This record gives sequence, structure tokens and C-alpha cells, in this order.
Amino acid sequence: MALLEIRNLVVEFGTARGRFRAVDGVDVTVDEGEILCVVGESGSGKSVSMLAAMGLIGWPGRVTADVMRFGGIDLQGLSARDRRKVVGKDMAMVFQEPMTSLNPCYPVGWQIGEALRAHHAVPKPKIRDRVVELLDQVGIPDPGRRMNAFPHQMSGGMNQRVMIAMAISCNPRLLIADEPTTALDVTIQKQILDLLIGLQAEHRMGLVLITHDMGVVAETAHRVQVMYAGQMVEQQSTDALFSAPRHPYTAALLDALPERAHGRSRLPTIPGVVPGIDDRPAGCLFNPRCSAATDLCRTTAPEVRDGIRCHFPLGQGHGA
Amino acid sequence: MTVLMQAKGIRRHYPVGGGLFAAKGLVKAVDGVDFTLLEGETLAIVGESGCGKSTLARVATLIEPPTDGELLIDGKVVANDAARRNLRLSVQMVFQNPFGSLNPRKTVGRILQEPLEINHRGTAAEREQAARAMMDKVGLRQDQFGRYPHMFSGGQRQRIAIARALMLNPRIVVADEPVSALDVSIQAQVLNLMMDLQEELKLAYLFISHDLSVVRHIAREVMVMYCGRPVEHGPKDSIFATPRHPYTRMLLAATPSIDPTRRKQAVTIKGELPSPLNPPPGCAFASRCPYAAARCTAERPEPRAFAGHLVACHELERIEA
Repeated sequence: MALLEIRNLVVEFGTARGRFRAVDGVDVTVDEGEILCVVGESGSGKSVSMLAAMGLIGWPGRVTADVMRFGGIDLQGLSARDRRKVVGKDMAMVFQEPMTSLNPCYPVGWQIGEALRAHHAVPKPKIRDRVVELLDQVGIPDPGRRMNAFPHQMSGGMNQRVMIAMAISCNPRLLIADEPTTALDVTIQKQILDLLIGLQAEHRMGLVLITHDMGVVAETAHRVQVMYAGQMVEQQSTDALFSAPRHPYTAALLDALPERAHGRSRLPTIPGVVPGIDDRPAGCLFNPRCSAATDLCRTTAPEVRDGIRCHFPLGQGHGA
Repeated sequence: MTVLMQAKGIRRHYPVGGGLFAAKGLVKAVDGVDFTLLEGETLAIVGESGCGKSTLARVATLIEPPTDGELLIDGKVVANDAARRNLRLSVQMVFQNPFGSLNPRKTVGRILQEPLEINHRGTAAEREQAARAMMDKVGLRQDQFGRYPHMFSGGQRQRIAIARALMLNPRIVVADEPVSALDVSIQAQVLNLMMDLQEELKLAYLFISHDLSVVRHIAREVMVMYCGRPVEHGPKDSIFATPRHPYTRMLLAATPSIDPTRRKQAVTIKGELPSPLNPPPGCAFASRCPYAAARCTAERPEPRAFAGHLVACHELERIEA
């Protein structure tokens, strides 16, 4: 049975110009011990869909889904009180910017201990030992002394380790990491990704990694979901996605990477921009930027078939 | 090839602290950088945050004078304020964040005309004409002349920022992370524009970036910086094919590849950048270097020629062996 199962997730925000669908009919399943990468450009709804799974969307947002189950529990039917028992304990999240996510007024050790206290994960006198153990686990040198440091006294990489320590403090079964390395330098990014994958393998956690960096996807994921303008457009295993992308958007996105352009030539580009709140086109949301769009694409929105949201997936002959 | 910009032993130090509780200190943000920038070429400065690459950009654009060292633009020494004022026109800058670098209260037309107004170039009609011509050049539509920056997407805004930098016909453009705030599909458009403009106008780019795949695409020469000092400098192809300095190797190994069959799990990376406030004596990279020897912590390596690169490392022969 899947650890996290979400069907037809819709997240809407009430705005002055009417309701805006940030996430539109997304399905997410994560198995135990699996690494799922959710990749997309800014505004594609990748963070919002995971925040919705965590129950962190507040007014004016509205979350609906046909199914939203975690480890057999129906998350939609839970009271706020019961939900808090699950969130932060069995499913935990690492946020993007460690510097703004940590409380500047408390030492980092106290903040990690807060999760342990809230969930009664260990008896009170043992909390200090557990915090030291966690800091050691995420690779912070001299944890006994560092637990008394404030966030501003540590570097971005160290603070991200604190965030991870906090998230894994209650041995979660599912860890959602929202752009955990975007604010960090590449050498530190490598350390943090290695740490996350190491912990994931050790504890058989499910790991959802939200990112916009195709390199990070290629280095870490078992399975990939590509998001575009609030919809999931492609879902494949990592190897298949990079060797034979089937949605035109994924293919164009990979082609636009400088790493794939050999020699000093022009990069292939995707014309236009991601549609915003006012200019969502009729039919397929990608059709104005798609080189293979037909009249069908301009009028009828495609459904997801075999993990691809496209009338004419690549790799099986156009119009087949 | 004309040499447009030459830096000789550029240093930029900042005094810090000296307040009620803090001790006085000296941050050596840039500590001895040499480079030559040729017409129509791109020199990329690569490094992690805090390595001094943005400070170097500020010195190169004459926003700040160097603490020590000599900067030559077009063969002329930037010696005093008068020389600075004259030469400044030929060096322009494109900033990282197009959401912060454009005045939200000015229309695109005004933003583009501003550099001309400040420098008393031409009549009002000529300035407008120049601004409109530049919009064509960077791929903005004429009907966007009267629009405000908030009506544009990130990529379009970066086009405006590039157009503004080119209004005074500079010969050198310093671009500080010009595409790092943009999405991949937009990034490619802006990189293509920059390369087209370079070809057309024979511009020299000082391209500052932390993204090695972008650098690999656009640069001809690469300088890798660590803690305010260049550690390796050489032609792009050979830097990426055969990096010599242990830090360059580490940087390349840490950069995620988009080929999932080539996952680089074997490389382990330890440590973080040392504080520039009190850098270690010796080699700044010694604390993270897998090859560090006793000499590395005692004596600072100077850049020396090695296999076509300039490399600052004592132990090269041992590493290569």
C-alpha cells in the first residue's frame, strides 16, 4: 500500500479577480523507501501541492481531493487536533530557506527539542541527549556546544542541517523537502543531498523532493513528476524521463539546459512564458508554447493517460 | 584582439567592527586578482558565495576603487576621479535580480532613456529614438515602451536591464549572475540574447556566476575564485575537461549532472568556506582539501603556470602523479 496517496488534488485561492487554481487535479503517490522528485518552474504549483498534503494551506486557500490518505489514515476526515499528531511526527517537512524558517530568538537545540516535546517522542530528561544525537546524525561538528548556538551564528548549510534534524527528530515515515538546497552553494548542496539520501535509505523513509533543478532530479530521484501551471504533465521513472521524455514540455525543458547544448551555439528555447492568473489558455495549458500543438490541443484539455497529460505524447509517432 | 580591461593585483579590503563589542577586523574580500579581458570575449568568474566575485564586479565597474592594484580600461589607468568618470561610460553592469534592479515607478521608455539624460546625450527626440531602437535589438515590442516593470515577466525584465546597460554603447558589460534568478526555459532565452548582442556589438563580458553549466556554455575563459583569491584560471574547455586545482575538481564533482546514469555518489565533500574575516594562514582551501600537506597550512600558494592554466597550489605535482 502506498504511504501517501492523493487523488485529484485541487488547491484554489480566492483573489480579487476571482478564484485561482494553483493546483489542478494532481495525483501523488509515494511508497515507503521511495524518492519522488516533483519538478517544475516557479508558479507551477509544486510547493503548494505538498503544503496541501501537510495541511499547511490556510485561508484564502481551499483544498479539495477525492482521496488524501497517509499510511491508511484519511487526512481529510481528521480534526485539526488529530492532524497535528501526524504532521511533524510521521510526515515532516524541510523548508526552502533555513534562515527565514528558523526562529532567530531561540537556540537551535531548543527548536529541535520543541518537536520532541510536542509529540512526546522521548521522555523529558532524555530530550537533550536526543538533540545532541540528532545534530551528530546530520553532520554538525561539536553538537554539544552547537546546540546552544542561535541561527545567525551558523552558516546556511549548517542551518539547513538543523532543519533536517528537526524534521527527522520523530523518525518520520515520509519526509517532504521543499527546495532544500536552492539557497545553498553547490558543494554544500552536494553534502545536504547526500545526507538526505543517506537518511532516507537508513530509515526506509519515503522522500518527496521538490526542486526546479533538473540536475538534482537526475542525481537523486527514483521517480519524477513534472508540473506545469498547476497540473502534472508527466510522470516517469528517472532514467526514462531523461532518456526519452514523452511530454513536449519536458522535452523542451531538457533541451533548454546549457549542459545538453554541445559547443558554443544558440540554446533551444521555449517561446513565451508560463501562463499566469489571467492568461490561462483554453485546451492544453502548454499549447501556446508547444511546437506540436494542433487544433485539438487548442480546444480540448488533455487527460492524463499512462502518466502523460498530452494528446500526442512523444515517442509513439505524432498523431498516432 | 584588443585588450579592453586589464586588472593587475586588484585587492579590495573592508574594515569591519571596531564597535562597542566587536574587535576591529579587516575583510579581504578580493585579495590579489589579475585578469585580461579581450574585445568580444567572455571571461567567467566562478565561485561560491563569499568568494569575492561580486566585490570584483563592483571594482571592475568602477563603483568602488580597489584598495590596492591597478585597473586599466582600454589601456588607460583608472587613477583618479576624473579618469574614473570618463572611463565609467564604457563599463556597464547587468544585475542579478531584475525584480530589484528596475525602478518600479518608471516606464520602460524612461528607464532606457535615463542613462542618456544623465550624461546629456542628444535631444529628447533622439533619446526616445535611441531607446526604441534598443528595444528592437533586445526583443521588446514597441508597444511596451510606456509599460512599467511590474507588467513584465522575469525574463522580459532582464531584457530591459540588458537594454539599459547597452544604452551608452559600452564596450564592456559586467554581468553579475544575470540568469540565476530565472527559470530554465527563460534562462536559455536570455543567454541567447547575450550571445547575439556580443557578436553584433563586439562586447566583452565579465560574466559572474556560480552555475557551472551556464559558464560552460557562454565563457571562453574561466577564473575560479576561493576566499578572495583566484585558484585556477584557464581556457574553458581545458578547465572543464582537466581541472587541476583540488577546489575546481571538487566544484565540478559537486555540480549535479543531468545524466542519471552518471550519478556521482563516490565523491565526498567536507567542510565549508572559511570566514573571510580571519582566513587561515597558508592556503585558504587547505582545511577542505584531500591533498593538504604541512606546507599548505603554513605558506600561501601563489598562482603559477601549470599545463596551460594558472593554478595556485603547492601540491600539484603530487596530485597529478
